[in-house]
Order: sequence, then C-alpha cells, then structure tokens
Amino acid sequence: MSTIVIGGGIVGNSLTGWLAELGVDDLIQIDKGPFPNPGGSTGHASNFIFPVDHSKEMTQLTLESMRQYRDAGTLHECGGIEVARTEERMEELRRRMASAKSWGIDGCRLVTPAEIRELVPYVNEEILLGGFYCPSVAVVDSLRFGTVMRERAQAKGAQILANTEVTAIDVEDGRVRRVRTTRGDFDADTVVIACGVWSPRLARMAGASIPLTPAVHQMIDVGPVPRFLTSKTAVDHPIVRDMDTNMYERQDGQGLEVGSYAHRPILHEPDDIPSIEEAALTPTELPFTQEDFELQLEHALELVPEILGDESVGIKYAINGLLSLTPDGLPILGETPEVKGLWSAAAVWVKEGPGVGKSVAEWMVHGEPEIDLQSSDVARFYPEQRTPEHVAARASEGFNKTYGIVHPAEQWESNRGVRVSPFHVRETELGAVFYEAAAWERPHWYASNALLVEEYGVKPRTHEWEARWWSPIINAEHLAMRERAAMFDLTAFCVFDVVGPNALDAVQQVAARQMNVPNGRVVYTPVLAPRGGFKSDLTIMRMEDDRFRVVTGGAHGMADMKWFRDHCPDGTRIEDHTSSVCTVGLWGPRARDILASVTGTDVSNEAFPFATWQELDNGVIASRISYVGDLGWELYTPMERGLELWDALWEAGRPHGVVPAGIGVYGTTGRLEKAYRAFGFELDQDYDVVEADMAWWKVKDEDFVGKAAHVAARERDPVATLCTLTMEGNERFPLGREPVVRADGSPITDAKGRRSYVTSAGMGPSLGKYLLMAYLPPDARDDLHVQYMERLYPVTVEVVGSRAPFDPDNERIRS
Amino acid sequence: MIVCFVEGDELSAQAVGFARALGPVRAVTFAGAYQPAAWAAALAAQEAEAIVAAGSDRGNELLAHVAAVLDQPFAANVVALDGDTVMRVRWGGSLLEEARLHGAPKLLTVAPHTQPAVETGEVEVLDAPDDGSPKALERVEESSGGVSLRDAKVVVSGGRGVGSAEGFGVIEELAGLLGGAVGCSRVVTSAGWRPHTDQVGQTGTKISADLYIACGISGATQHIAGAKGAKKILAINSDPEAPILASADYAVIGDLHEVVPAISAELRRVRG
Amino acid sequence: MRILVCVKRVPITGGKMVLAADGQALETKHLGFTISPHEECAVEEAVRIGGEVVVLALGPAEAEEQLRDQMAIGADRGILLRTNGEEWDAQSTAAAIVDALRAEEPFDLILFGNESADAAGFQVGIRVAHALGLPVVTGLKKIEVQEGRVRCERDVGGARDVYEAPLPAVLTVLEGLNLPRYPSVPGRLRAKSKPLAVVEPVRPEQRLEKLRLVVPEGQGKQAEILEGATQVVAVMQSLGVA
Repeated sequence: MSTIVIGGGIVGNSLTGWLAELGVDDLIQIDKGPFPNPGGSTGHASNFIFPVDHSKEMTQLTLESMRQYRDAGTLHECGGIEVARTEERMEELRRRMASAKSWGIDGCRLVTPAEIRELVPYVNEEILLGGFYCPSVAVVDSLRFGTVMRERAQAKGAQILANTEVTAIDVEDGRVRRVRTTRGDFDADTVVIACGVWSPRLARMAGASIPLTPAVHQMIDVGPVPRFLTSKTAVDHPIVRDMDTNMYERQDGQGLEVGSYAHRPILHEPDDIPSIEEAALTPTELPFTQEDFELQLEHALELVPEILGDESVGIKYAINGLLSLTPDGLPILGETPEVKGLWSAAAVWVKEGPGVGKSVAEWMVHGEPEIDLQSSDVARFYPEQRTPEHVAARASEGFNKTYGIVHPAEQWESNRGVRVSPFHVRETELGAVFYEAAAWERPHWYASNALLVEEYGVKPRTHEWEARWWSPIINAEHLAMRERAAMFDLTAFCVFDVVGPNALDAVQQVAARQMNVPNGRVVYTPVLAPRGGFKSDLTIMRMEDDRFRVVTGGAHGMADMKWFRDHCPDGTRIEDHTSSVCTVGLWGPRARDILASVTGTDVSNEAFPFATWQELDNGVIASRISYVGDLGWELYTPMERGLELWDALWEAGRPHGVVPAGIGVYGTTGRLEKAYRAFGFELDQDYDVVEADMAWWKVKDEDFVGKAAHVAARERDPVATLCTLTMEGNERFPLGREPVVRADGSPITDAKGRRSYVTSAGMGPSLGKYLLMAYLPPDARDDLHVQYMERLYPVTVEVVGSRAPFDPDNERIRS
Repeated sequence: MIVCFVEGDELSAQAVGFARALGPVRAVTFAGAYQPAAWAAALAAQEAEAIVAAGSDRGNELLAHVAAVLDQPFAANVVALDGDTVMRVRWGGSLLEEARLHGAPKLLTVAPHTQPAVETGEVEVLDAPDDGSPKALERVEESSGGVSLRDAKVVVSGGRGVGSAEGFGVIEELAGLLGGAVGCSRVVTSAGWRPHTDQVGQTGTKISADLYIACGISGATQHIAGAKGAKKILAINSDPEAPILASADYAVIGDLHEVVPAISAELRRVRG
Repeated sequence: MRILVCVKRVPITGGKMVLAADGQALETKHLGFTISPHEECAVEEAVRIGGEVVVLALGPAEAEEQLRDQMAIGADRGILLRTNGEEWDAQSTAAAIVDALRAEEPFDLILFGNESADAAGFQVGIRVAHALGLPVVTGLKKIEVQEGRVRCERDVGGARDVYEAPLPAVLTVLEGLNLPRYPSVPGRLRAKSKPLAVVEPVRPEQRLEKLRLVVPEGQGKQAEILEGATQVVAVMQSLGVA
C-alpha cells in the first residue's frame, strides 16, 4: 500500500522529502502541473520570511522552516523592517519585541526613522514614526527548495508524478483506499492533500472537508529601478512591511515588488480556478484588477517615492495571486476526522512550508510532531465552522488583519450567533456581552452587573489596549461569586460519551489518570501526547460500567473527540452530546442553598461529595467540580429544558444574591486565583505534567498514551516549573505571551532551551493582585521582570507549582 | 462574374481556386507602383457578384478600400463560403467565426494556406489612374544580417523558458549550425531580450519553415498563429503538458538549456 | 499635433480557447483584458510624437480600464463609445467612430492597429479614412512626422516600401513599430483623473452578422516524443534540414 502526497507546492515537496527521510516506503507524489512550478500559490509567492509572530506555534514552524531553507542553501538573509506610521502601530511593534524575545528570536530592535532611512535608503522616513527591525528576515527560493526535497525523496525511491491529475479518491469503511488519476489508479492507505487552494476540492472527493477559500493577494512588480541596476544580490536592502497600509515593498533583482493585503477581500471558489491550459499565466495568477489597487499605489508612492515616483520605472507585472485563507487564519494540518488515512497539509505559506512538511511527516510516522500543532489541527473545526458561509465570512474579515493589530481577545464580527444556548434570551435581557467560543455565543460579562463595580470598588483600566475587550464588571462578578453565588453559561463545552464493551479500555488508553473508578465519580485528567506533553486536559464522568462522559473545552473539543475515537477499539463508539445538552455552572458559597431549593435530591456535602456526579430528581445531571475554586456544580440538562433550569436557578438564587457571571471570571480571574492551568496556554506538548506541577496523582498500572515519558518525567527534577507570579502596582496589565526576564532584560532560558514567558495573565480580584503564570527554571525565582511595551516591570514569584494563591487548602470547593 | 485580384504569387493562386468554386472568374491585377486607394477604386468599379483577393497584406488592404468605397461589408480571411454564410479566421486562426455576409457584391479575402492553389490562367491588367492617394514611393532593402525569419527553412525559437537575453546563446548556436533563423515569442520581445523582428506570432512574423523548433515556449494561441505555417514543429519543453505540444509533431521533454546544446553537439558529431 | 488613437478591448488568452456557453464569445471569466498589440504600439508612437493624444474605444463600460491604461502611458483623455457588450462589425464600428469625431476638432493623425487581435477585420481604419476623406497608409513599422506630412514605411518581405501622406492622415500600424513602455505609478495615478467622454452609439443592423464562433478542430496533435539528441538529429536528417 502506498503513501501518496497530492500536491507539488512548498508543502507537498517538503512533506514528500521528509516522509522519505523518515523511512516511508512506497511513497508517491502527484501534481497535475509540471515541476518545478506546477502553477499553485508557491509559484508566485513573494518568498520572504518575517519570523516574528505572536503565535508560538507559527513562530516555531517558521524558525524550523528557515533552518531547512538555510541548510538547503536556499535562504538569503536580508533583514526586514516593519514600519509604523501611527503611534498605535508603535505600540504594536513594542509588543512585537516582546514576542520576539518570548519565542527566542534575538537581534530584533526598534529603530528610528533615521535608522530606517539608513537601512533602506529609498524609503521616505518622514512619514514614519519608527520601525521594528529584524535582522534575520530572509528571502528564500521556495521552488529550488522544493526541487531539493523532491530529489531527496527520489533518491530514497519515491515516485514523482508530474502532470497527473487526481480524478477520484476512494474511501471504504471510513478509510482511504485508492487514488484515481489521469495516469492510472494507485492503492493507498495514506493520502495527504497538500493542494493549497485546490485542497477543498480534493477533500470533497473523499467525503472530507478542508475549510479554506482561495483569496486574492495583489502584487505588482515595477522596474527597472535605477538604483538596483548595480545590485549584487536579489535583495540588497531590508524588506519593508508598511504595516499600517497592509503592504510590503521588497527589492527583487532590478525591480521592486509591491504587495498588498489592503484591498477588499476577493474570494474564489476552488472549482472556479482556471485550468493550466485556460490560464493566461498560471492558474493562481489571475488577471489584476486595477481598481482594487488604486489606494495602495498612493500609499506605496508615499513610502518609496524615489522609486515609484520615477516616471521611467514601469509596472511590468501585476497579478491577483491566489492564496489560501482559513476561518481562523491558521493552517489546516493533520488527519481528517472524516476519513482515516486521509491527511490535510493545507493553508500553509512559504514561510512555514518546510516546517509544516517535517511536522506533518513526524505526525504521520511517529504519531506526534515535534512542534505542537494543536492550533492548526484539521480536527478543530465544528460542522458550523466548515460551512461555506462561515469560511467566506471569516476569511473576508481576517484578510485585512494580515498585517493588522489584533488584540489577543479580539472577537470576530461576521457570522456570529450561529450556536446559541437556551439561556441566550435571558442573557440578552441581562445585557450580556457575548464572546465566541467554538461558534457558540458565550456571555463574557453582563451589563446588568454594572452596579457591582461600584459596590466592590473595582477600578477601571487606564490604558486603552488593556481596557479593550475587558470590563471592570468581570472583577465585580468574580467578587460577587466569591461572596454569594454566580451562574455561568457553559453550554459551549464539548460533551461526548465513550460507549461500548471496551469503553473502559479506551478511556484508560487516553486518560493519564485511573479511570477504573466507581460509577458516579468525576475525574479531572491530563491527556498526554506520546512524548509526555499535554494533548489535552478534561473531565470524565463514569456514567455506567461501559459509558464514560467526556466534558472538555469547546475550543479543543473536536480534536479531543477525534483523539478518543482514534483510540476506540471495535465495538466501542463515540456519542456526541454537545448539541443536545446545555450546561449551567453554579458556584459560590450559596450554591448549595440555591441548588437545594430547586431539587429534592440531597446535595449536602455528605450526600454529594466533591468529584462526584448525580442525576437529580428533576433529571438534571449535576457534577460537583469547579474551575473557579468555589463550592458548586456543573448542571447538565437537555437543550429543550435549559431555559426552565436557568429560570429555576435564577428564581431560587435571587434571595441569595446570585449573579450571572461570564467567561471573564470562569476563564481568567477565577481559575488564576486557583492556579488552574488552561490548555493551549499553560498546557501544550512543550511541557510535561511534572513541569506543570500536576503530578499529584499516582501512576496507574494500566498503560496509557505517553506513560513511559510521563514516568520518566516523574523520575527527574523538572528543568522548569509552572509558577504563579504577581505584579505590583496594579497600573499596567500585560495580557500574556510577554517574556519573563532578568533585571538586565536578558531572557530566561531553561535547560531544554525553552524561553520563560507569561502563559496567562489576569486579575485575582479576591487577592487584589495581578497574577501571571510562567514556567521558570530553578535558578530564576528572584529579581524577575516582565518585558511589556519595552519596559521592565518587576514581578514576584508567589507560588512555585500548582498551589493556589487563593484558598490554598481548597476549603471552599470541598465545603 | 467573380473578380479576383491576383499578384502572381502562391496566395493569389489559392484565392483564384477559391473564387472558381463560386463562379466564372476574372483574374485582374495592376501595373505600376502600388497605390491601394486608386487600385481599389478601379476594382470597385468592376461589375461583379463578388470581389475576391488573397488574405495577404495587399489583398486585405485593397478589399477594405473597396468595401469603404462601396459601403459594403467585407469578410477577411475566409475559409469557406456557402450561400451568404462565411466561415472566417479570427485570433490568427485559433478561432473561426461563422457569419452572414449581407452585402453585394460579396467582398472577401481568402485565408492563406486553407485552399489549394490553381493555375491562374489569363490575368487582365486593369487601369488605375493616380488619384493622388498615398502610394509606394520607393523600396528600401533591409540590411539583413542573416536568413530572414519569414523565409528560413529552419527557425529555432526561444520563449520565456530561455530566461534571459544571454540565454539565447544556445538558440543562436543551433540556428547557426542549421543555417536557420532565430525566432522568439512575444514574452521575449516584451522583456527586451530580442528585437521584435525576431518575434513569431499573430502580431509578429508568420513563418513558413520546413522545421520550427520551439524551445521553452508554452504555446499561447498568439504564438501558434505565427508558427503553424511551418511544415513540422519540434517542441523542447520541460512541461509535457505545455499547450505547444498540441501543435507539435515532435517533442523533447527536458530543460532547453541541456537539450539544445546536446543537439548542437550531436549535429557537430555527425558532421564530423 | 492632435492625435487620435483607436483601440479595442480584447481578452488576454492563454493556451486554450474556451467559448462561452452561447458560442458567441470567448469565455472570459478567468481572463484579463488588454488592447490589441498593434494598438499598444500605436499609443506608444502617439505619445512619442507628442501633442494632445486622445484614445478612443468602442466597447462595454469595462473598456474604460483599457482607456485608463492608455492614459497611464501618456494619453491625455479618452472617448468611450459604450456598447452593451455585444460585438459590432467593422462597418458599424467605423461608422460609430466617424460619428463620434463630428463632435471633435479635427485630428492631425488618426492611428489604428492594422487589425484587431480578436476579430481581425483589417478594415476599420481604412473605412474611417474614406468617410473622413483622409489619406490612409496601413501596416506601418515606421512613422516620421514632418512639416505637414508623414513619411512611413511598411514591410514587404525582406524590404520596406516608403509612403508619404499629407496631414491630416489615417495610419494603421504593426507591432514592432516601437517597444511600448510600461505605465509608471505616477502615470497610473494621473490617469485616474484624466477626462473620459462617454457616448452611447446605436448599434445598427450588422451586415457582417456573426452567427457563432467555432474552435477549429485538429489542434490536438499527438507529438512524437523524442529521447535525446541523436533522435532529434535523425529527424532533422529525415526532414532534410540537418
């Protein structure tokens, strides 16, 4: 049986090379076009790489890619500057400095307009306030690199088929079996779709979906530029990203290339891309639409008047180049949840292509990539996030954010209100401010609680960036919860059952903790990757002997569901209850009183202890756990009875002063006070359970994924431990991802080469302190600072490990 | 009666052949310096059901003048006529148009190399008094350095795949060995790598070689329009799906920068 | 000098001609548009000669793009004879141009491409010349404007015939007359605000009435694949060219 890579762009080539390298036999790569440029987006890519990104995952992929390009002799370091025309952008560049240090990209510095002029002598520095200079910015030869990788694969026996179009992908019993092409059929048990803008079409052939859309990126090439006529290299000067106008200007031999992400979003249908024969250039170099570029020309002229104002310099090439956009702006990688053996490696840019190739190859061969690809996992999408309407709306909205200033909490505006809980009508009446999670609308705070701000004396934030997407009401809701009780809408949870005679074996395989517990128990457990890092963390209720209910966060729920399904033996299945069950969280000292008044079931501590669940007499399933550190329950009921439950709790709660509270409390203030970790922030594949200080349970005898690595981790001293830090003053509020540094500003790196950075940050209202979490090596516990907006703020290690700063003995939740 | 303008060349003989199928033909021509408006006025004055000429530079020009004088429609480069329905060439031959020609007399030219040539027979020389309109005053011979593209027996041509002006070295070498001319595609002239006089295509030169060697030319319709007059086409291209292959008799799949020098070397070898 | 250049909006075709469903036109949803190559040289020549350069097109509203392109090269203003997108035959095109010129001061030179890239009727310039009573010379590769006259050259095989005409005159040109420039960015920006007059002529009965378009058969040859230089030379020998 063959492994087939469909696609010969940067991703397909890298992947083929790496699969061969990792020993995959009987490997075939197919493209419908000719090599080296089969006509996809790689062929017209502008081929420059700015390594610094706010996302750790994307930065790691980019750095790995740059290493590979360099090793193949296809990288030319020219430096690059992101320039600012506005003060708001300067602030963003200061945050860029923080990300550079957090992810280990050294040598970056902020530069003055005069320095920019010195580095790039044709720039009009008078319109600039400054810039972010990154000396390791490079241009690469992505076609040449692709050839190197293909040749590497061929040398190891891979078969490379150009000009071969896939006509069908056969699936039998949920597994990929065969690829049919214009040059014959190939049996295959593993097929990767690395087809860029055509990927959705290929996925559809197999009954799967890759939710991306082809979209236009406009680009012009002007020349010949007099000052470049004597250039020794293709790029003599740093590449300039004119961030505020969503454009870039780079030298390309004797020409200057000007590209834009500023124009209106222009989306295409994958089925509507011309064939190679029909296209005047290549299928992804579509006719330029001048009217969309008018404003951009003016902007570019302002920045590089010496070149673009020169009447002798002509516009020689102009295209609407197609690239791939996804609903959340991230790549789409991994095995499709619909079809076993069918993988996606799509929506990848030249800057991360080789890294993606290596990572996906590792994932396919070893079951886990070295770089954590959780944000890019194809399994992350809910059906609601795969619809053409959603993809088009988010791709359109996201396009102009390519160079945008995107707040970490920024919300999407388009295609909202897709999934709403039964409580939505009440929440709206209470003035809920909705944030989105997994396409659900979730209240983040409630305007109805505005009066509590004064009552609890919560101060506003004075800096706009920190006050953006935030409200003092969050802290007030938190304090009301700690004093009285609060109701949370947690319907966005992903809820599914593992059912069948071997259900216990399945959950034992996936869950690190012992799952052979009595019915009625609730277990919070890490889910480990093979190498011992975090794949997820979630709670599992044992419902019956052969039925386990998994409750996990909405954002990562679909990927978790696939991971469980992948470990289900024959006869055991997954039942998804996400859209049939709604959830109210009820926590606070008065929670028991409130719950007791809506049910006849005994909810006393003795009758209903912590970490257990019961079905109440009203049919509600109540699970006594807490992510906010207070007495209370998660209450599950069928969607159609949700409003009834909400109203009953609300009425019962009024005498007790119950408040509605949003995810601002649930996800940040409540959990941080309790040092609860969050997946995707503190917990990822880069850190193990011991480093997260979550190994307070005994290792079970039964096997589970990641066990060997986990046991080994327990036997050594961690080289870094997750700590809770406090920041004095309560004047500035970093929002996360900032580097934790020493007094001289130097970065802190642990013995595994990982930088210390703020994984989460938020107020601890009950403590009156601003809390940060960070992994710190043993020698970095004193005299620490957070680098924020290019200033150092002293921070104190409050707790090493997972002991809670608030209610450290957990009296509240166990009361 | 069909009046057919002839110039005593191959294309005229083809036009006469076409005209004969329509009815009795009077083949006519003119003496003296070429003066299109004056000649056309004389043609327009002839009694005829149709006035026909070859789809040559002069044929098309004369018929356009006749059409203007008579204010009648004119169909250029016709390949077939059935009643008043013509099939004519568009896009340099990449497309045909079926159209109804409503005029009388019918004015048309015959698309080159689409009809067999016939014996022209007797040719009547018409009188066309000088009306003062522009005419060919003198002929300047081009100081051509080599074989002309139009008449060369072999044309070796390069396209985008050649990559640069310098890249044409291998093309020139092969053309030299074969005693042929160097050609190129429109991309190449636009890039300034070769002069327009080397351009083969719809808007360049239409060649009539025994062998046309297209190196690194994808085969846009605009190019094929100029190359299809060749008896045989050999394409050298790294892309086996390049459109040029649909017009080629022979193909070598490979990088022209390797294939072309190898052919030159082989030619030298067989010649000793 | 006042120079008028008449241009036509035509698609930029790829390797394969694909017809629209109704067979009346090329399928252009994937194609960009330009003007005929000969006309690009005509505009370039006009700009080089200097004076006021006016570009005129008969075509759909979108043909404004092509007129703006020419204004970016250096034309001063445009005239669009706006159609509903239906094709006009050469006779009615010429008549519409002549009509439009009644509203204009006389031009010293009126330039055309020798034939359009798509319809290739070889006649619009000549028809306009006759209607205006102007001398016309066609197929030009060289133009020299002299005092009140124009001297021009036309390829005939390996030689060139020389013509002269008094101004005003109509000239039709061929690609190769010059190497047209690319638009500069300032040129592009200036073009946005240059004047464009729009006229809506009435389409008369077509006397060369297009019925349908046909993609000729027999384009799909099966090329014989040769391996290596030896085979190539053998073929050359069999053709008698080696």
